[in-house]
Amino acid sequence: MVHSIKDANKMSNLHQTSTSVLKEIYTKLFKIRTVEETIAKKYTEWEMRCPTHLSTGQEGIAAGVCQALLKDDYVLSTHRSHAHYLAKGGDLNKMIAEIYGKESGCSKGRGGSMHLIDKNVGFMGSTSIVGGTIPLAAGLALSSQLKKESKIACVFFGDAATEEGVFFETINFAAVKNLPILFICENNLYSVYSPLECRQPVNRKIFEMVNGIGIPSVAGNGNDALETYYKSKKFVDEIRNGDGPRFIELSTYRWREHCGPFFDNDIGYRSETEFESWKLRDPLLNFENQLIKIKKIPQEVIDTVKTEIKREVIEAFQFADESPFPDVSELYSNIYSGDTN
Amino acid sequence: MPRIINFAQAINEAFVQAMEIDKNVICYGLGVDDPKGVFGTTIGLQTKYGKERVFDIPASENAMTGIAIGASMAGIRPVMTHQRLDFSLLSLDQIINNAAKFHYMFGGQHKIPITIRMIVGRGWGQGPTHSQNLQALFAHIPGLKVVMPTTPYDAKGLLLSSIFDDNPVIFIEHRWLHNMEGDVPENDYRIEIGKSSQINEGNDITIVSMSYMTVEAIHAVEILKDHDINCDLIDLRSVKPIDWSSIHKSIKKTGRLLVLDTGVTEGSIAGEIIANVCENCWNDLKEQPHRICLPGTPTPTSYSLTKAYYKRSETIINTVSKMMNKDLDGYVLVDRKDLPHDVPGDWFKGPF
Repeated sequence: MVHSIKDANKMSNLHQTSTSVLKEIYTKLFKIRTVEETIAKKYTEWEMRCPTHLSTGQEGIAAGVCQALLKDDYVLSTHRSHAHYLAKGGDLNKMIAEIYGKESGCSKGRGGSMHLIDKNVGFMGSTSIVGGTIPLAAGLALSSQLKKESKIACVFFGDAATEEGVFFETINFAAVKNLPILFICENNLYSVYSPLECRQPVNRKIFEMVNGIGIPSVAGNGNDALETYYKSKKFVDEIRNGDGPRFIELSTYRWREHCGPFFDNDIGYRSETEFESWKLRDPLLNFENQLIKIKKIPQEVIDTVKTEIKREVIEAFQFADESPFPDVSELYSNIYSGDTN
Repeated sequence: MPRIINFAQAINEAFVQAMEIDKNVICYGLGVDDPKGVFGTTIGLQTKYGKERVFDIPASENAMTGIAIGASMAGIRPVMTHQRLDFSLLSLDQIINNAAKFHYMFGGQHKIPITIRMIVGRGWGQGPTHSQNLQALFAHIPGLKVVMPTTPYDAKGLLLSSIFDDNPVIFIEHRWLHNMEGDVPENDYRIEIGKSSQINEGNDITIVSMSYMTVEAIHAVEILKDHDINCDLIDLRSVKPIDWSSIHKSIKKTGRLLVLDTGVTEGSIAGEIIANVCENCWNDLKEQPHRICLPGTPTPTSYSLTKAYYKRSETIINTVSKMMNKDLDGYVLVDRKDLPHDVPGDWFKGPF
């Protein structure tokens, strides 16, 4: 049943979208959720010995944005990078092995959960310093512009990153140079435990501020992967057309604690009621229900996707488990490029 | 026949040759295209290579460093220039957390071929935040290379090597060297990063020096020679990595070590060199090593205070004399004529 214009738009989006795109978005959402929840379950075996920030609840943004990008487009990410890495097509085995500190990991165990990379799919890296990868994406966009390539750069960051000086410096330069870059702000309302209202003026919207700096910007519901996809797609087309940088602020919510496998609504920085209200906006479950409702993808196809991904995830953990650790003799390798030791 | 040009011209020539060799070399920084062209070092580059490759920037040191890193991940070779090293401190996050670590942290999959020029200085009241010699700060970070050329010849060869090195290189130029002249071949030549230069040979004492302090050392070494003290003078050229084998070889020969440093004493490159020599050449040392650095204070601005703050040939002569059990007085032996202590020569009129 359609209750509002918003719902009507949603249904029309669903109907006009090809089944292959819908299936791909669903696959991304389900994969991210399954990987994150498996990590959460296994984390207390204490064999993933690195700070790990789970994306559960925030899958919609990664899935929607990355669906709008091409394989060669650059993506950079944050400490909470699993969703972006997986949505861009990053190798799952190498990601899990990385979190376990194994030589077969995507960064050979040198980076851990916060430093993922898969250059084969344009995922150029994630780092742990808030705002740290924003200028790197602009640098990649500059390289694309200098070489007259059609690749664009896309960078994911949280609401707190927009409080960093480097964010303002970068969006200003991107506007000056008309760089081919898409800025994606995931506003999940908290920076660790610090709520947004302590950090930014209550009535000021991030995307409106960025508009004021000279970059066309919109806001959207990040828990709606399809809405996110269409908003991203429009901007990606404009950027690739040479129209310059674009910015999207997407609302979402982190289900689990800032860092680690647990829930932490009991410690007092946010309420159980708030958490429950966001859980109702589950980006995966709502998308799946809609797919079933419009009957564009048969239930058995959805079931096959689920079975397939569950198998991939089991295999990835096996791969990580069976992989060797880096040899201690390699400690000094790769300090410099061109090292012979 | 020697071809004499100054240090700033040598830098400019290295830029021109690098940009000719590789279209991926780009040059940016505050004022690189202004009429003064960063003390003459970037003059004419924008006319030759266009506004896409040579451009002025917003006052955004941190982002512009990150942008260099990002561009370098895709094969661009950016050279970023800071008219004062002090300004680069706004970009320590990008230099230390990203540039220095990306190769190691991603298992060798990223190369970060960026060069960051930083100009340091002394005198003319440049004071606490316009002349800091913070080479030790950068040398402390694994993954960075740090070079400090002294001669025009080294400036050109090291800048070319830095630009074509696949790692982040901090290229520190001393403002008092920009007008120094020397023989600089016209062709493309490279000086290996990590190799020192032997300026003078002698058996009595090893003097290890860097950047502008090597100029003061050259004067001191000449006067000391007149008094039968022969110095092995090693100009480091690179302070990270350091050419340990040349230093160790010299110590085996002389048994004495004096290190000169343009930075403050505590946590200095000089301290690192003395520690390393004590660890590796203890039995070769005839007596305790010494160092001449700046006092551990912020750099004062007043003419009267800088006189005591900066070290010159006189102090070098007096320290070496003491180490050799001689009784020489540098203040008598060095003829400064009427030149004030806070300028390198008549060419430097300040205020910049």
